[in-house]
Amino acid sequence: MSAAGTSSTLATTPPAVPSPWRLPDKGKVGMACLILTESSFFAIFVVAYVFYIGKSLNGPFPADVLELPILGSICLLSSSVTIVLAIRALRAGSTGMFCAWWLVTILLGLEFLVGTGIEWYGLIVEHGLWIDTNLFGTTFYSLVGFHAFHVTLGLLMLTLVLVFGLTGKLRPEHAERTEVLSWYWHFVDTVWIVVFTVVYVIGR
Amino acid sequence: MTVLDEGIARPHAPEHVSRWVTVHAWATTVDHKKLGVMYIASALVFFLIAGLEASLMRIQLAVPNNDFLPPNTFNRMFTMHGTTMVFLVGMPMFFGFGNYLTPLMIGARDLAFPRLNAFGFWLFLFGGLLLYFSFLGGDGLYGAGTAPDVGWFAYAPLTGRAFSRGNSTDYWILGILVSGLGSTATALNLATTIFCARCPGMTWSKLPVFVWLMLINCLLTLVILTPLTAAQVMLLFDRFLGAQFFDTQAGGSAVLWQHFFWFFGHPEVYVLIIPAFAIASEIVPVFSRKPLFGYPFMIGATVTIAFISLSVWAHHMFVVGLSASANTFFAASTMLIAVPTGIKIFNWLGTMWGGKIRFKMPMLWCTAFIFSFVIAGLTGVMLAIVPFDWQLSDSYFVVAHFHFVLIGGLLFNIFAAIYYWFPKVTGRMLDEKLGRLHFWVFATGFYVTFGTMHFPGLLGMPRRIYTFDAGRGWDLLNLICSLGVLVQAIGLCFFLWNVVRSLLRGEPAGDDPWDAWTLEWSTTSPPPEYNFESVPVVHSRRPLWDLKHPEDPDWKYE
Repeated sequence: MSAAGTSSTLATTPPAVPSPWRLPDKGKVGMACLILTESSFFAIFVVAYVFYIGKSLNGPFPADVLELPILGSICLLSSSVTIVLAIRALRAGSTGMFCAWWLVTILLGLEFLVGTGIEWYGLIVEHGLWIDTNLFGTTFYSLVGFHAFHVTLGLLMLTLVLVFGLTGKLRPEHAERTEVLSWYWHFVDTVWIVVFTVVYVIGR
Repeated sequence: MTVLDEGIARPHAPEHVSRWVTVHAWATTVDHKKLGVMYIASALVFFLIAGLEASLMRIQLAVPNNDFLPPNTFNRMFTMHGTTMVFLVGMPMFFGFGNYLTPLMIGARDLAFPRLNAFGFWLFLFGGLLLYFSFLGGDGLYGAGTAPDVGWFAYAPLTGRAFSRGNSTDYWILGILVSGLGSTATALNLATTIFCARCPGMTWSKLPVFVWLMLINCLLTLVILTPLTAAQVMLLFDRFLGAQFFDTQAGGSAVLWQHFFWFFGHPEVYVLIIPAFAIASEIVPVFSRKPLFGYPFMIGATVTIAFISLSVWAHHMFVVGLSASANTFFAASTMLIAVPTGIKIFNWLGTMWGGKIRFKMPMLWCTAFIFSFVIAGLTGVMLAIVPFDWQLSDSYFVVAHFHFVLIGGLLFNIFAAIYYWFPKVTGRMLDEKLGRLHFWVFATGFYVTFGTMHFPGLLGMPRRIYTFDAGRGWDLLNLICSLGVLVQAIGLCFFLWNVVRSLLRGEPAGDDPWDAWTLEWSTTSPPPEYNFESVPVVHSRRPLWDLKHPEDPDWKYE
């Protein structure tokens, strides 16, 4: 506001507005809202899974057919670290290092998906478990499937960014945006921790 | 800041533009104002359709042993009426007013993600059209059923493939799922806008109450709407892939659907009513010529309502046979939610108390809202008492209760909002005389219908029956209910006539016809595409008061 005395009608000048006027980044707030609503979505599938543990009328049962997906889990969780390293590299101005770490992130995610594919192949073909077999199949394929679907979506977006990086379109000022995407990736990882606990630890 | 008494911008008689150019402009728009108007207009159209469905049901129930509607059609009518009212009238009204007003009230140019906004609107609209397409396409390949007939809460196992043949239930699932995704997108968008696009000086403590309540409502929507989507996906899996979520014969649980549905369904009632609170909290102060009484309590009460609303859902399920401890918990939490709601009522009364009240149309509707909502709240507390609910669950008493909430609460305030903001949106005033006719006739019809409806419920008349025998003591009461609908319809005609007439030759409104205090009244009516010529700077909760009364500005006291 201008100095006092320029306006005779004002009793006093109003308190100054904080300057510069800072507001949160809309990408981050939007992503936080998305994560909130997605958490709610997954919560319902998790509740359904927990509710139906041990309620299947016929086999195969989880204890007989499920194995701990150790390798896939390690890959997915460590991809949360590599994506942070990638963004750190981008902030430091090194697009090359960014692309390298970003590619590692994608490969780790892919390895997770491949693991899920092998697991599902075994369950469907060898054990004859499908979504209509029993309550275990119903809840397992829905919950794990929706998580894998989210991993796939994330991989598509990560790949898009990689294409931008490799074609030289990505610059350090885009670090904020890649970070928004990384929040989504971290969220998918966090959901996996819950799924792992519920499906492979508690439910087995 | 924009100068107040600038010349009145008329909706300029345009240099002849082709009709297709106009249609194209509306269809491709990402402007929050146009999208807001389209939300409200579509909601009004769906409202008329749902009203027609309700009228058909009331004709059927006017006299005993009536055969005006066959039983199957009656089932379709109450399903479509309920589904339409909740998802295609209440929700788009919330997003319509939120869309139009939020950026104007916080001094922003548009929502945070304008294209996502358009996407959300079209998802909602086409979801609605998909639901209504079921009247034509519901036959599917099976030749069974048109339009969903499973009730708006679509209980399992009625929705299973064995009991709901054809595709009508699938249309219910997909129509609501699609429009729900649109609602999720718009809720995310509005919340982000409120966080990230407030004009300089508009701190959290200076945010208009309307915007605060919109924010809380959007966050609540984000938490509850995807659970419905998830449950609907499960139902789709059941119907198409043979999954067993709600298949009781395979060990699945029909009660689980009820939990999932009402975990969404009850907070949804608050998602519908909080916009009504938001509207009343803007209108009551302006027409009482006092700032809102208890601003922080109003917001705190809304946050409390949003939280508690997440833990009351099973009061819809007292007759299911939950454990005594579960019943006790949900009864207690349901009664608890009456406390913050009561705080709100007292805040509005406190605002009116000692004020210089101007009973213009918006204020008339808001006052009627406070009356009706107190009645709705009292019957709500009655139904929270478990043994009382055992007696009256699924009776017309419940129907009367929630129509007092959704018509006496929500719709009255929607009317208030239309009378209040119509001048801003169109540049013309709605006619006050026709408005009064609309108000008295419609409100009378509402009380005749739904006031009376409590009594057949108390006398044991269940909801969702397509006819009843004479001599049970329900005959006269049902006739009165049905006649009240006729009165409401006449009242509604006055409203529609008023809107059409005022659009064509209503009195010019000027920028600020109500001498109001929030930022939307500082720009022209209708506002230009860019909303504000320069970015406003605010110093108090009532920036326009400060501007009009520089000798006694609000910021001295806040």
